Amino acid sequence: MSATPQLLFKNRVPGKTVSYKDYCKTGGYTALEKALKGMSPAEIVTLVKASGLRGRGGAGFSTGLKWSFFPADKPAPKYLVCNCDEMEPGTYKDGELLAADPHQLIEGMILSAYALNADTGYIFIRYAYDQQLKNLQQAVAEATAAGYLGKNICGSGFDFELHLHGSAGRYILGEETALLNGLEGQRPNPRLKPPFPAQSGLFGRPTTVNNVETLANIPHIVNGGAEWFKGLARNHEGAGTKLFGLSGHLNVTECFELPVGIPLGELIEAYGGGVWRNRKFKACLPGGASTPYLTGEHLDIALDFDPLAAVGSRFGTAGVTVFDDQTCMLRVTLNLLRFFARESCGWCTPCRDGLPLVCWLLEKIENGEGTLDDLQMLRDQQQHISGRSFCALADGAMGPLDGLLRLFEQEVIDHIDKGRCPF
Amino acid sequence: MKILLPKKQIEAFRTKAEKTEHRRELVVDFMREIQDHYGWVPDEGVELVAETLGVTTIDVEEVATFYDKIYRQPVGRYPIHICDSICCWTRGGEQIAAHLQELLGIELGGTTEDGLFTLLPTCCLGGCGRAPSIMIGRKFHGNLTVEAIDQLIDQLRKEVAR
Repeated sequence: MSATPQLLFKNRVPGKTVSYKDYCKTGGYTALEKALKGMSPAEIVTLVKASGLRGRGGAGFSTGLKWSFFPADKPAPKYLVCNCDEMEPGTYKDGELLAADPHQLIEGMILSAYALNADTGYIFIRYAYDQQLKNLQQAVAEATAAGYLGKNICGSGFDFELHLHGSAGRYILGEETALLNGLEGQRPNPRLKPPFPAQSGLFGRPTTVNNVETLANIPHIVNGGAEWFKGLARNHEGAGTKLFGLSGHLNVTECFELPVGIPLGELIEAYGGGVWRNRKFKACLPGGASTPYLTGEHLDIALDFDPLAAVGSRFGTAGVTVFDDQTCMLRVTLNLLRFFARESCGWCTPCRDGLPLVCWLLEKIENGEGTLDDLQMLRDQQQHISGRSFCALADGAMGPLDGLLRLFEQEVIDHIDKGRCPF
Repeated sequence: MKILLPKKQIEAFRTKAEKTEHRRELVVDFMREIQDHYGWVPDEGVELVAETLGVTTIDVEEVATFYDKIYRQPVGRYPIHICDSICCWTRGGEQIAAHLQELLGIELGGTTEDGLFTLLPTCCLGGCGRAPSIMIGRKFHGNLTVEAIDQLIDQLRKEVAR
């Protein structure tokens, strides 16, 4: 197990937070010094593109490519926003990272802002991450005192100020345009795209929104190089390491930094300690509540964006939630759909009205009162909602429903035939 | 009567607002401050935020009512957010919720008669590795058992009695 190179978790000691001093001892802020003294912003964008780093917030878009769309030559103000809303069930890796070693994010943000020529940054932090907010307040103060934030950083002529924003709940704030409305103090419904944030984002100015883990990887890429970073993955199309947050019916439910492309079965056995109570593996969410289930036939699959897309699921945030063989997948799906229905902002009809209808149908079947017509209506609703909502929330909600209807249809029919939940 | 927010804090906020280019961005911050002091955000709080930031009360209200961790009604001294999302569900979250309701003699959404506890269901708290979990105020508690819940509540009651 120790063979896995640790980048993001290299300083991590459970229950402790790495101080500025200790961060510097293990090479902290050397990437920033190196870049400010010897690299142009365009060189960093090229390097990040070459590294193969893909967004760690769930969508998996190439970070370097996203940055290359940013109008760096436009006049200030331009914003770099870090998304630490992290509210999708099963996802807790950014929280673990910031609890352990917050300076990585600060250094990553300064480097990224330099690459984008952004002058102001915000870190948007969910309500439940109170300790992480405190850690970041401390880290910002230390970085400012060290001359890494503010005017003329390291004598380079580059200025960057960083603000922290504590939120007050609601999953939809993780959607980048809803997050921008939230930062502005508006009601945080998502915005219509285009214009995309790169053109008109925070306060109508060019803005890039990146996830915590994505930004924390930047110092390591600058120090280690693109080839090295790419080579960390286990599969040839992958790049880097990934924080895998394990949860559900496993013996060990912790967060591990492991190579991208690690097979699902190995993750479950070698790190999750196997399924709990000597039961068997039935299914899992591979990357958060919105990612369609994987089953026993997927245990050899490499956990990465492309291989998971090829089997109809998604890598998402790599928050892996495992279900044992005594679990009712209809009940699991109902739990997930209730979450999405409750967290809908209510802006568009497919999401506001469609998700409660799906919940009602699932409830009816789970309670043994469902018919085959209800099953057909579930299929119809999936068609009606997918791709027709204002933002990605309802599409995400269709992930588990799709998984249920595709992989566990017989289980749903059993509920209907027996007139009760068979579990 | 408990005051909304000490004068000093209001003044400090006014000064901060004056220095902020886009004042409205402070609306959540300010409501969080009022809530930390007063326990919840009453109408007077919404009005104070609006007046300080130079926006209308509806501008503040539409933000306040969006977030589930801004309380626009009185809550107990210790609001307890019970995670009912999937990871906690897999590890006994429903039993924890049922036990808390029985122990406190209230339903979800209710407040105990002594004004100490309010039970609020909430989505994932980001502590999925330590399920089942709850948040009391802003403090996270994970790996919960029925016994651990009994101890926590007992401890809080003792704290108040002191």
